[in-house]
Amino acid sequence: MGPIGLQHYLVLGAILFVLGVIGIVSRKNAVGILISIELMLNAANINLIAFSRYSNKPIFPTTMPEAAYMDGQVFAIFVIILAACEAAVALAIILNLFNMFGTIEVDDADTMRG
Amino acid sequence: MNASTVIFWIIAVLAVGSAIVATYAKNIVNAAFGLFFTLLAIAGVYVFLDADFLAITQVVVYVGGILVLLLFGILLTNKNIDFVTVDGSRSYLVGTLLGAALLVMVLSILQLATWNNVPTAPPPGGTTAPIGYMLLKNYLLAFEFSSVTLLAALIGAAYLVRGRDKD
Amino acid sequence: MIDWKIAILVPILPALGFFIMLFFGGRMPRKGDWFATGIMGATLALSLSIFVHLFKQNSAYATILESTPWFNAAPGRPFLAGILVDNLSALMIVMISTISFLVHLFSIGYMHGDVRYHRFFTVLQLFTAAMLALVLADNFLTLYVAWEIMGLCSYLLIGHYFDKQSAANASLKAFMTTRIGDVLMFVGILIIFTQTGSFRFENVFSAVAAGTFTGNWQMWAGLLLFGGAMGKSAQFPLHIWLPDAMEGPTPVSALIHAATMVAAGVFLMARSYPMLTPEVFLVMAYVGGFTAIFAATIGIVMDDIKKVLAYSTISQLGYMMLGLGVGGFIFSGYTSGVYHLITHAFFKACLFLGSGSVIHAVHSQSMSQMGGLRRKLPITFATFIIATLALTGLPPFSGFFTKDSIIAGSIQLSGQNSAHILLPIFSVAAAALTSFYMFRLIILTFFGTPRDEAKYAHAHESPWTMALPLMILTALSIWPMGGHHDWFWFRNPVPLRSEVVSRYTPEGSILAVAHDKEQKAVFVETPQESHEHPEAASPRGLITAMKVVPIHEPEEEHAHHLAVIFSLCAFFLGLGGAYLTYSARKISAEAMARRFRPVYVLLLNKYYVDEFFQIAVIRPLMRLCGLAAWLDRWVVDGAVNATGRVTKVLSYIAGQFDRIIVDGAVNGVANSVAGVGRNLSRLQTGRVGNYLVFILAGVVFLGGFMFWMAVK
Repeated sequence: MGPIGLQHYLVLGAILFVLGVIGIVSRKNAVGILISIELMLNAANINLIAFSRYSNKPIFPTTMPEAAYMDGQVFAIFVIILAACEAAVALAIILNLFNMFGTIEVDDADTMRG
Repeated sequence: MNASTVIFWIIAVLAVGSAIVATYAKNIVNAAFGLFFTLLAIAGVYVFLDADFLAITQVVVYVGGILVLLLFGILLTNKNIDFVTVDGSRSYLVGTLLGAALLVMVLSILQLATWNNVPTAPPPGGTTAPIGYMLLKNYLLAFEFSSVTLLAALIGAAYLVRGRDKD
Repeated sequence: MIDWKIAILVPILPALGFFIMLFFGGRMPRKGDWFATGIMGATLALSLSIFVHLFKQNSAYATILESTPWFNAAPGRPFLAGILVDNLSALMIVMISTISFLVHLFSIGYMHGDVRYHRFFTVLQLFTAAMLALVLADNFLTLYVAWEIMGLCSYLLIGHYFDKQSAANASLKAFMTTRIGDVLMFVGILIIFTQTGSFRFENVFSAVAAGTFTGNWQMWAGLLLFGGAMGKSAQFPLHIWLPDAMEGPTPVSALIHAATMVAAGVFLMARSYPMLTPEVFLVMAYVGGFTAIFAATIGIVMDDIKKVLAYSTISQLGYMMLGLGVGGFIFSGYTSGVYHLITHAFFKACLFLGSGSVIHAVHSQSMSQMGGLRRKLPITFATFIIATLALTGLPPFSGFFTKDSIIAGSIQLSGQNSAHILLPIFSVAAAALTSFYMFRLIILTFFGTPRDEAKYAHAHESPWTMALPLMILTALSIWPMGGHHDWFWFRNPVPLRSEVVSRYTPEGSILAVAHDKEQKAVFVETPQESHEHPEAASPRGLITAMKVVPIHEPEEEHAHHLAVIFSLCAFFLGLGGAYLTYSARKISAEAMARRFRPVYVLLLNKYYVDEFFQIAVIRPLMRLCGLAAWLDRWVVDGAVNATGRVTKVLSYIAGQFDRIIVDGAVNGVANSVAGVGRNLSRLQTGRVGNYLVFILAGVVFLGGFMFWMAVK
């Protein structure tokens, strides 16, 4: 168990991401899928922030020296914003689904079956 | 093996463990609580990464906002009064196998690269000021777009759940 | 300072007008007639300004020459296309755009209410563009292109009333007949190109001057070009299309078949003058002279007012050719030929438009249904009679000077060589006949008592759009172009043909014409001895020094005196004959016709030239076609049918093969595909989870594959 490096964070992100993927694939409950999506987004965020922490080349020139390696964190903020949007819209969809089918099991909403 | 390393491992195990609960729990409410702990642990990881602003945001937005939203969703779509929503009986086997394969793939790709393991010095006055600077300077356009997106999402959500006209 | 390269706009303006008319004309107010007329007005203004610009330079060499590479005829030999505006073409563009403008104006009244009104103006625009492009061409190829476009327009306009069988036939006849000439001309152009390596006039003429383009090739090229000119300018025996072309609307007859297109042949000869040989000149002179008298004799028996004018046009075109032909030996010939083209264009257009006005009034072309119309159509009558005086050659009207000059040239030539005595006889006799048939026409149309009371009562003067062009053209017929002699030579638009003149004048000494300081034209003698007038040197570097000799040689003066006497005699002879026969009725036309019945019948049938063509050309051709058709039916068709039968058998076998083996395979494939599809469609569960599983499996597979590739 050496010192904590970038790799540890990446592995943690990968594990969380894969758990999210497993949840999306396996769950039937729409809220459960939403939970899994949040997991994946957070895994991505861990990666972004870790990269930002360990980067040593500024992406864009900036007049503020402290802000030189902040790009990853800014991306993470955008991800959070979009996650919020997505959660709101997804919830609305789930409520609609419930109104239409009386359930939120996605497998029951198989109108598009071939 | 210093204290911070120990704390990292504790946080990491907490994050992964509660994520497993979030993924595999039969009761969807339990899954939501698993997610709750995962998000808290991730906020801790952010602290480890000297991303104080992000850690706070994580707690406020995710734990305080999105998770509550999820719980609302569960409650609103639940016919059972006993507050137990059991997920359907789909086999986790296929998903787990595929996920494991994906994990193996990602990890082996990770092994291939040499990573820079020397962190850069964190901004002395915290990250809030630089992030604000970046948002309103280099990423202004994206910032504006995301605000518009947020607005659109809100309007869209309100439209989707509006009361149906009598038809 | 204006860049005079804008001369290129002269043909481009009507061409643009054509395209705009073609696509949008039908939607314009009044179907775009005023738009087309306005375009012509602009073209006329531009032409006039170019003419004035060249005119002010006071030089026979004033030229705008602008060429640009068009395509590579051969590696490293770009084909240059461009415009050449010299005195000749400057005069031509003014004449063309003036008449085209006036004809447009006239047509607004004349064609009013026509079914194909819009089409008429559109084609007129295209025609004018082509004609202007022809006179501005600086090489034989673009000239030929414009020449053919004009042929097309002529075809379209003669056949304007194509629902009338005779008009459709006439347009076809015009097209086919001129085509004979066109083919000859094209062969001539090809000879020129192969011999000189260039289409450009400049290069061709310098090749002639340098002596690299000589001999039989040069002669045949000239003769073949003249063949083209014979077709277009309706010279005997290819004149037969022009009288039939009168089936077209009268403004078209005025513009195309009197003033411009038929003059294109004359223009072609004038343009290619420096490369013609004495043989060609003689052929031109004799064909022209014969055509002049030949057509004039037919003109005296025609009843259709437009046919009379058509034969008159043929006759006058013959005069022009005669003038140009004589010009190979007598210096005045070229100028008189070209000037006769210009003056004839104006007064003949006036006559045609006048006849259009008459036809418009009485709705008939037959003179036997007219008479006494001078009271009903005073403006038409006045303009008609002045144009007639110009045509018949009464001083001071324009036709007198040019016709007199042509006659003088022929007299002078016969004076030099009495073997050519026929030429002055032809020209003087044709002048008398011209006078006769024109006054016959006037007397029958405008004088006497109306022969058709109903039509007479209905007749009325034309609207101003028709009367105004008549008056303008009349004014241009009065204008004595080339009146005074010095002035006449001064405006000589002829680029000097020094080498030709020096080679073929009998003295062998006269080299060229240049202008001295008093701006009088002079003959210039052999260069080597004297250096008295170096400043009179030609800018083309053909003449280095020269001795000035006065232009009025006694011989020429004498010829001109004779010509004036003869042509005036001819005029009064014709006038008197017409008066006695048709007005005073001292001579009975019927009695004459009975007495000289064979001649009369011969004339009435136009010397049976059409019948000759029918027997000598068309019938053998039809026989040949019949033979070809027979061959086609029995030999070719037989072979084809046999092939067809064999093919049928083969295709039956192929069909069976197709049905059993190919179709079987196709159906098998289709069935198996359908089966696979049916099975695969089970995958389409409509369940998001399943889809996600597939996506994930795909990601893992592809990612693993790429990883494997990367590691390997």
